[in-house]
Amino acid sequence: MAQVTLTNVKKVYPGGVEAVKGVSFDIPDGGFCVLVGPSGCGKSTLLRMVAGLETISAGEVSIGNRVVNQIEPADRDIAMVFQNYALYPHFSVYDNMAYGLRNLGTPKDEIDRRVKEAARILAIEPLLERRPKQLSGGQRQRVAMGRAIVRKPQVFLFDEPLSNLDAKLRVQMRVEIKKLQRALGVTSIYVTHDQVEAMTLSDKLVVMNGGQVEQIGLPSEVYKKPASRFVATFIGSPPMNILPGTIDGPGIVALGDAILEARDLRADLAAGARVEVGLRPEDIEIASEGEAGSLPFDIEFIEELGATQLFHGQLAGLPFIMQAATDTISAQPGRLWISVDPDRVHVFDPATGQRLGL
Amino acid sequence: MVEDRRLGDAIAYVILSIGVLIVAFPVWLTFVASTWDNPTIINGQLPLWPGPHFFDNYYRILFVGTSGTTREPVAGMMLNSFIMAMAIAVGKIFISVLSAYAIVYYRFPFRMAAFWIIFLTLMLPVEVRIFPTFKVVSDLRMLDTYQGLAVPLIASATGTLLFRQFFMTIPDELLEASKIDGAGPFKFFKDTVIPLSMTTIAALFVIQFIYGWNQYLWPLLVTTRDSMQTIVIGIKKMIVTSDALTEWQLAMATAMLAMLPPVLVVIAMQRLFVKGLVETEK
Amino acid sequence: MQKNASFKGLTIPLLLLLPQLAITVVFFYWPASQAVWQSFLLQDAFGTSTEFVWFENYQLLFTDPGYLKAFWNTAIFSTFVCVLSLSIALLFAVMADRQIRGAEVYKTLLIWPYAVAPAIAGVLWIFMFDPSLGMLARGLGRLGIAWNPRLNGNDAMTLVILAATWKQISYNFLFFLAGLQSIPKSVIEAAVIDGARPWRRFWTIVFPLLSPTTFFLLVVNIVYVFFDTFGIIDTVTGGGPSGHTETLVYKVYSDGKGGSNLGGSAAQSVVLLIMVIGMTAIQFRFIERRVNY
Repeated sequence: MAQVTLTNVKKVYPGGVEAVKGVSFDIPDGGFCVLVGPSGCGKSTLLRMVAGLETISAGEVSIGNRVVNQIEPADRDIAMVFQNYALYPHFSVYDNMAYGLRNLGTPKDEIDRRVKEAARILAIEPLLERRPKQLSGGQRQRVAMGRAIVRKPQVFLFDEPLSNLDAKLRVQMRVEIKKLQRALGVTSIYVTHDQVEAMTLSDKLVVMNGGQVEQIGLPSEVYKKPASRFVATFIGSPPMNILPGTIDGPGIVALGDAILEARDLRADLAAGARVEVGLRPEDIEIASEGEAGSLPFDIEFIEELGATQLFHGQLAGLPFIMQAATDTISAQPGRLWISVDPDRVHVFDPATGQRLGL
Repeated sequence: MVEDRRLGDAIAYVILSIGVLIVAFPVWLTFVASTWDNPTIINGQLPLWPGPHFFDNYYRILFVGTSGTTREPVAGMMLNSFIMAMAIAVGKIFISVLSAYAIVYYRFPFRMAAFWIIFLTLMLPVEVRIFPTFKVVSDLRMLDTYQGLAVPLIASATGTLLFRQFFMTIPDELLEASKIDGAGPFKFFKDTVIPLSMTTIAALFVIQFIYGWNQYLWPLLVTTRDSMQTIVIGIKKMIVTSDALTEWQLAMATAMLAMLPPVLVVIAMQRLFVKGLVETEK
Repeated sequence: MQKNASFKGLTIPLLLLLPQLAITVVFFYWPASQAVWQSFLLQDAFGTSTEFVWFENYQLLFTDPGYLKAFWNTAIFSTFVCVLSLSIALLFAVMADRQIRGAEVYKTLLIWPYAVAPAIAGVLWIFMFDPSLGMLARGLGRLGIAWNPRLNGNDAMTLVILAATWKQISYNFLFFLAGLQSIPKSVIEAAVIDGARPWRRFWTIVFPLLSPTTFFLLVVNIVYVFFDTFGIIDTVTGGGPSGHTETLVYKVYSDGKGGSNLGGSAAQSVVLLIMVIGMTAIQFRFIERRVNY
């Protein structure tokens, strides 16, 4: 077990493209860190640098207080689960799991014991003699996990391991990965572009964009207090509504004619300064006309999602979405007055996209 | 990867450079020899750099010929090679695109029989039926003709199989849409199948041109007159067993000229060449 | 095999097939059947009368030391050319598969010998190794190595092997490189993380995953050595000295050339034909298997 520390890590490709622009964070021993972001944000590159599959252009990666920049992947005491599983097609399931241990020169009976134990944990004991091509997607995923855990590494690295599975299996495997990681207590880094995986798995969430870290924190913090407009719209589904507004006074923003109170808002902003106001579709409440802080929402159509309903329409002339549990609102297309809890009003700098919080 | 990249890359460069050297050295030496005079070569004094006789040698071999056994100028041989290679490439594409179209897009009683008749020719390379084929060509009075050089080589299964394989990847919906648009078999062939097949046709052309240009055994048998010789045959006749009679500088210039067209085709059309090579072998 | 959507009719498809079928029958099947037929005939020395002799030509063939020698030569020649050209090409392909700068240029520089006619390849090599004027032959002489492919059968065999290998490397290189590039990168990376050092990684992961390509190339190379090297042998040694580099195909040609032993030459053709059929069958069984792989 070990803590992983990244200090100002950079990756510059020979062509001059900067894929990772100086990233620093650390993961405590036994922690589960998820790197999330859109494709091309540098999350996979960062993971591959921790693995040793990419050289580190600048900065330092250390695993368990040992700087590993110049250490070969095999000697970093890590294991990795790949997106396409990367099983050895010409080996049986057993040999796939045993290969790494054999390379280490582990005694035969020890290998056998560990492979069988991993197979038992993952419930793939009947499959040990099969070849990867005879397995289903979910079974291959388990073998890939098994190959990682037999090594008893200090760190697990996951590179979008669930993205090749169908939706149902993905939910099931997600839960299993979390349980397994808890049980084994191995420090883990997990890369995904799926925000649900990111929120549910992590105890440390790192949101990346354009080669940089946008925000690091507990998933609940990231959701409640997104540090930037990017994070705000990336985490949460449907995405947060962003509306242009102005500062109307300390803790007060104006959206057109309407006035909104925002708790988490810097006090030093000049009145009239342009801002962007973010409102999550699920934070919208119903108000009545004329009530303080109420906004007019013109509903155009309604999407039924089963448990919830999505109301699409316009607010101050811009597209706006609101979400509510089914049957709580008997709204029809037409005008609806709404309000938002001042704790749930997010204000961003339109120029930098940064949160203008306290 | 972190592991020994620099050392590994250095080894790769060294080995690949040795490879290029092995591959290129014989050709370089040939080129050098084609720019010196014969005494320098025969005395074994050939240096590693080109000499002063480039223009003399190439002019003489192209337009005058050697003074030894083969007196024909090489320009004529190159023309023969070119005609043969073009005839084989174009002819093969022509007959195999037609037969593949019939086999893939028509339903008729002898379809499978026709397919097998063509397919089994894969097992009959010219070398195993060389003299009987020669006799057929001679009975048809095709010795020393371009038809005799090319026609027996344009039929083989590779072209048909390649086009059949490609046609199978054309979605059925295209034919259905054409039928709805009122296109018959000829219009569908001309307006849809042929335009879609252009890359495959080009790839096959590159491979077959090289194949045709490099033919040796067959032209050796069916050409008896010097004026019908191809360049690959011509050079063999220039190299006489007793060294004294061989005009090596001219033979080497001929070798360079014989290599030039197909090598240029490979380098200039590398992508088509690779595609053609990989796909005809499947 | 065939489209669901298709045209009907008989005249048009037969007309489309006519050119290919006509040429196939006239220049392939008829001569091949003639070869089989002639292999059962014996001509007298003056070519005036022929007699049907059943398998006598074959019996003569397999008791003829010259023919058995050609078998042996072919075996030696094929083994060396296949092993050398495959292993050298594999080495180059593995190096060119590394993500180094200029890999594409190296690729181009390594594949063009494919376009050189075998006969010309032979000329290039005889020029380098001609005992009196060849630059490399003189080099060997200076090192005190006796070398004369005109007189020494082993030297002659070495020379044709070198020329045939040189010519074939580019082809094998191209297919090995394509094979290497089709191995998923992540499988190699998984092996790196599993602690397999480059040498072990190559033999336990890369080489086994390349085996379909290797097997395919092995068959293709044998066919190449059997048939396409005719031009090399004819220009380099002409089968000599005293039959030391005479392969099966070369012997079909040299025995049939004068027209004196057509029956024997035809019988040799038939033996070759059977070998080609065997190799093609192996190749197709293998391709079927590969489809399932």
